[in-house]
Amino acid sequence: MKRAGRGLRAAVLAVILVGFALPIAAGAGLTLAAALGHLPALGQAGPTLAPLRELIGLPGFGTSLALTLFTGIGSTLLALLAALGLLARFPAVLRMMPPLLATPHAALALGLAFLLAPSGWIARVIALPMGWQVPPPFATVNDAQGLALLFGLAVKEMPFLLLMLAAAQARLPMAQIMAAGRSLGYSAGAVWLKLVLPQLYPLVRLPVFITLAYALSVVDMAMILGPGQPPTLAVVLTRGFTDPDPAMILPASAGAVLLVLLIAAVIGVWWLAERGMARAGRRWIMRGGRGRRLNLALPAALGQGLLLAGVSALLLIAVWAFAFRWSFPDLWPEGLTLRGWMWGSWARPLVTTLVLALATTTLALVLAVAWLEGEDRGQMPRARWAEGLLLSPLLLPQIGFLFGLNGLFLQLGLQRLPAVFWAQMLFVFPYVLLALSDPWRSIDQRQIRAAAALGAGPGRRLFRVKLPLLAAPLLAAAALGIAVSTAQFLPTLFMGAGRVPTLATEAVALASGADRRAAAVSGLLLAGLPALAYALALGLPALMFRNRRAMRAG
Amino acid sequence: MTLELRALTLTPHGGAPLFPALNLSVPPGMIYTVMGPSGVGKSTLLDAIGGHLAPQFRLQGEIFLDGLNVGNLPAEARRIGLMFQEALLFPHLSVGENLAFGLTPALRGRSARRQAIEAALDRAGLSGFFDRDPATLSGGQRARAALMRTLLARPRALLLDEPFSRLDAGLRSEIRHFAFEHARAEGLPTLLVTHDESDAQAAGGPVHLLA
Repeated sequence: MKRAGRGLRAAVLAVILVGFALPIAAGAGLTLAAALGHLPALGQAGPTLAPLRELIGLPGFGTSLALTLFTGIGSTLLALLAALGLLARFPAVLRMMPPLLATPHAALALGLAFLLAPSGWIARVIALPMGWQVPPPFATVNDAQGLALLFGLAVKEMPFLLLMLAAAQARLPMAQIMAAGRSLGYSAGAVWLKLVLPQLYPLVRLPVFITLAYALSVVDMAMILGPGQPPTLAVVLTRGFTDPDPAMILPASAGAVLLVLLIAAVIGVWWLAERGMARAGRRWIMRGGRGRRLNLALPAALGQGLLLAGVSALLLIAVWAFAFRWSFPDLWPEGLTLRGWMWGSWARPLVTTLVLALATTTLALVLAVAWLEGEDRGQMPRARWAEGLLLSPLLLPQIGFLFGLNGLFLQLGLQRLPAVFWAQMLFVFPYVLLALSDPWRSIDQRQIRAAAALGAGPGRRLFRVKLPLLAAPLLAAAALGIAVSTAQFLPTLFMGAGRVPTLATEAVALASGADRRAAAVSGLLLAGLPALAYALALGLPALMFRNRRAMRAG
Repeated sequence: MTLELRALTLTPHGGAPLFPALNLSVPPGMIYTVMGPSGVGKSTLLDAIGGHLAPQFRLQGEIFLDGLNVGNLPAEARRIGLMFQEALLFPHLSVGENLAFGLTPALRGRSARRQAIEAALDRAGLSGFFDRDPATLSGGQRARAALMRTLLARPRALLLDEPFSRLDAGLRSEIRHFAFEHARAEGLPTLLVTHDESDAQAAGGPVHLLA
């Protein structure tokens, strides 16, 4: 049995190497080669720095670079500050986070555009007392400074950081720390900043870096909320890769490599700044001020503002999807209608999205169960290196290897849909495995022994004991897989070459169009699919185990 | 059916053996008690006999059941029943389904199996509990259901890993009596691990002190 387990795990490992590691490495390699001017398909041979020079020579390149840094770093700082404030002052909002976290970037961006635009809902609220009859004449989304994008990213990333912070905080003896600090005369805010935060931050450093890397390379949200001329670097690169002139691939590849290096540099600088902050913080703690007037009201209010904006954005999508006529400065549409749903142009993207989400999630679950079960049967410890390998598609910016991956898939003669499926798997599987591995490893092993002592072999133990015990985590992992697949924009755009429209690509394409209702229909479906998956993941175990008290408690 | 340990030692990875080589023989119906302070490896010994030994331990010596060396068989092929401190009924199955999970597949036919389970529930004083959620049972009811689940698998030996230590005094002697009576009636060689003198006295068999 031990040998069979090792065989199972070796098989899964082989699938991961061939299906995940090799394509990503090849994709990154091909992108790097093109960055150095080596692209045999175009008859180009390198190495040369010409693509880099061409990139730098593009109009507005410097502005793009500055915008990328400003929105990426600014949004991460804002989201972190807001999450810390909410955690310290209003931990009850944690329950609202999973649905916001599950909302794809593109859907949230669309809703925020409905909220923030010159003719958006906020402007309408102001218009009433001010007596405006037309929208204000300045850009409040797609603004040249990137403020709308910065805000939108902060709204989207705050729930992720808040959940990570809460998970880390659960590992600290909070009641004791607070009691110890307050009995020495420190205010609650001071205890939080001087005692809790220094212990908390190191535990969330990796999530912060993931957020930072994501914000610096985001494309879908930047296309909807960000500036257009020039846009952020990641959008410049996406335009280059999808330009009708294939020669643009060369400077775009150089930009992709540059973006990866830029992210590494920003993380390095961030890390140095952390150390500076820590040193200053220690001096501050040494002074022994009790901070009677210190509190986290401002960051907490910021967090509430971001949260409110996120929830309003989702509600606005829902209203717009059914709005009849809704002209400025009305706060509510003249009537509700199903007209936006009658053309049925949403049907094909919906079916494609569903098929992709279900197929990737099913395969990811099977692979994850095979991986973990192989570990059990082979009596092997968890393989950290393999988990690290799996995390690489989450840390590496997508644009850094998707072009090369596309080239590889084309050479393999892959059709568009299978190529999109494969590319999505690179992101769905790691998340599903991550979500499943902790619950799997925390099964009470004595339950498994009890089953074995009753004569149940490995198959019966898996299907009759482990999988039913893990019904809730399995469903939660499936919901996460569906959310991740549904949200994929760039892999779908690159591998599908515009011929595999999903809800995410439709929402981005329609966001810049004149028909807000059509965009809202796509956005509502895009946001609704993961929400439905999560609702099922929560509701089904309660239904399945309505007569099993111990299965509902955990 | 006799359970025999011959020169059995357990060695943790890169450490010294947990206890000196163990030789003992448990004839059918006898309840053999192994005592010792906590941490001496009593539970690990039962894990080794049952086939559940964690990979960081090395087992030397032999385990014979009914004259056959079972030391290399996987746990599910040894047919050695195991009772823990907690009942460990599967929380996703009803009480009756838990017993059905244990009931030997050699007994065929839906109604015959149902009858066997109902009869076992009757013997455990759990008549009519087939569809009950195990989480709604009292500690004593859970312990009796777990013992029935173990016996329905028709084990050839029984291992008891301090199965009474979580029960309060009154319940303790009742459940102990119930378990021992069934083990003797079925003629099972039984190995009891405990650190409680009264358990050993009630078992009435030989006592081995692990140290």
